[in-house]
Amino acid sequence: MRKKLWICLALVIVIPGLLFMGACSKGGVTEEEEPEAEVQTTQDTTETQTTTEATSDQPAAEVTEDTSGIMISRDMFLRDYVHFAFDKYNLDEQAQSVLRRKARFLEDQPDIYVTIEGHCDDRGTNEYNLALGDRRAESTRSFLLDMGVEAYRISTVSYGEERGLCDERDEECWSTNRRAAFVIN
Amino acid sequence: MRKYRIVKVLLPLATAIFFLMANRLHAYEYIDINTPHLRKIPLAIPLFVSLGDTEADQEALNKTSEILQQTLDFTGYFDILDRGAFLVDPLKPAITKGDIVFNNWVSVGAELLITAGLSQKGENISMELRLFDTFKSKRLIGKRYKGTLKDRHQMIRRFCSEVIYKLTGNRGIFNSQIAFVSTGTGNKEIYFCDFDGSNPVQFTANKQISLNPAWSSDGKWLAYTSYVNGKSVIYIKNLKENEKTVIDKKRLNLTPAWFPGKFLLAATLSFSGDQEIYLLTGKGKIIKRITYKWGSDFSPTWSPDGKKLAFVSLRAGLPQIYIKDMVSGQVERLTFQGKDNTQPSWSPRGDKIAYTSIGEGHSNIFVIGLNGQGPIQLTKDSGDNEAPSWSPDGSLIAFSSTREGPSRIYVMTAYGTDQRRILTLPGKQTNPKWSSNVIKN
Repeated sequence: MRKKLWICLALVIVIPGLLFMGACSKGGVTEEEEPEAEVQTTQDTTETQTTTEATSDQPAAEVTEDTSGIMISRDMFLRDYVHFAFDKYNLDEQAQSVLRRKARFLEDQPDIYVTIEGHCDDRGTNEYNLALGDRRAESTRSFLLDMGVEAYRISTVSYGEERGLCDERDEECWSTNRRAAFVIN
Repeated sequence: MRKYRIVKVLLPLATAIFFLMANRLHAYEYIDINTPHLRKIPLAIPLFVSLGDTEADQEALNKTSEILQQTLDFTGYFDILDRGAFLVDPLKPAITKGDIVFNNWVSVGAELLITAGLSQKGENISMELRLFDTFKSKRLIGKRYKGTLKDRHQMIRRFCSEVIYKLTGNRGIFNSQIAFVSTGTGNKEIYFCDFDGSNPVQFTANKQISLNPAWSSDGKWLAYTSYVNGKSVIYIKNLKENEKTVIDKKRLNLTPAWFPGKFLLAATLSFSGDQEIYLLTGKGKIIKRITYKWGSDFSPTWSPDGKKLAFVSLRAGLPQIYIKDMVSGQVERLTFQGKDNTQPSWSPRGDKIAYTSIGEGHSNIFVIGLNGQGPIQLTKDSGDNEAPSWSPDGSLIAFSSTREGPSRIYVMTAYGTDQRRILTLPGKQTNPKWSSNVIKN
């Protein structure tokens, strides 16, 4: 009988005692717990922002795989430019490999229609460059048609030298501007 | 017998030659329109004097004198003499033939004299202007204009048009405007201003890229390229009414050039595969294709009679200027010097084409004669000079220049003299296009 009583007494004292200790320690230091929910939201916002910047009001990145196993995302499709030599509109080896990847993307995404923009560096008069940009956009389009992309899915526009990405008068900037860029309609 | 026959032949021949020469002498009496800027005529313009009972104040007189002087100075035909050298008594102004002592003017070197009087009553003004030949003591023009103070510029321009008409046989440029592209708002938009750069007005506000403005001959329509929804189109807009046509073929719609005197235009389109020049109605309907050869063809410019078209072509590899005879269909190459010749502009006199030539890293304005004369380089060592456009009388050329840094609109004589900037706006100004002499009154 006494044993039981001691055990009860111990429990009655110890447990509240432990709780009391806990309470004391909480009382001495101001502690704030980052609610997990908030952290989650911040991460989500950042992700959403990145996605919006990369594409225009489209759902999450579509991804397709080409024969060499490289993942071609929509972002990559839009980001990779085709580059040209000064005053030229023909496609060199590198340009062609960029376009092969784009052709694969378009093949796997049959609902996507695009516009190819032809651009030039700022040497030469404006009208000359508008004509050259037109030829660059067209030769890019022809290549994709040869790769099997349907003609009605690709339109072209020339911006000539009007939409340069930079305006320094050096070869680095000039070669950056000599490009064909893709826009998803 | 033989002697008589010779006389019979020679006499009418001699008479004919004499009359021809006499006519030539008369036409070149004041300004030889074919070599107008090689000698500037000394012209005296004393200050406006006050007329009538109501005294026009000195400030109004000075300001009106300044407007008159600047308007005539702009033509480049005159050497306007410094008033400080004049021999007349400013308190006893002589403005009519009876009062003028022509010797006083001849002795300071003036060959022409303009006297002017102004009377003012509130907002109403009346102006008298007279042009004299001092050597002959002869009055050439006498005009009176009435209106309000804000009509002042218009009155002076009318009188100056009379002066230029009298001296050259051509009505001049005072009723013309210059369209151009400016980036001040952050985008390339179309603007226009008066012939001397005054009163600039923004015409487009698309917030897109707008380029290559072109005036119809009657001055009522402006065609230009713009971008809409990621596509280039040509707009044809009426300047007064809310009328608009769009040319929006696939791919390029570029470089509109109005046919002289008609509601037709040439334009560069590439929907058929290559960049080619087409003829269209002012409503945008294709009438026919003008160029056929493989190799980009663009930037058309018509001869003043519409029988020929000059344009840029890459058919030989590098950009050069060619001319198509619209009647025979023959195409001939015009430029053989330089590796990059573009932006041709046909003089309204028909005898010359101005164009941009790029060499050694810079652009410069050149002029070449249709008879094989030239080319002559008009700009040099002054940044990049591009996009020449002739004044409606063929005496001046507007162009863009980066000699001061940002691109600005300049004007020079047809011989490359008197190069000066005509206006400064925020951003860069490029692509000037001079209208016919019909826009303003």
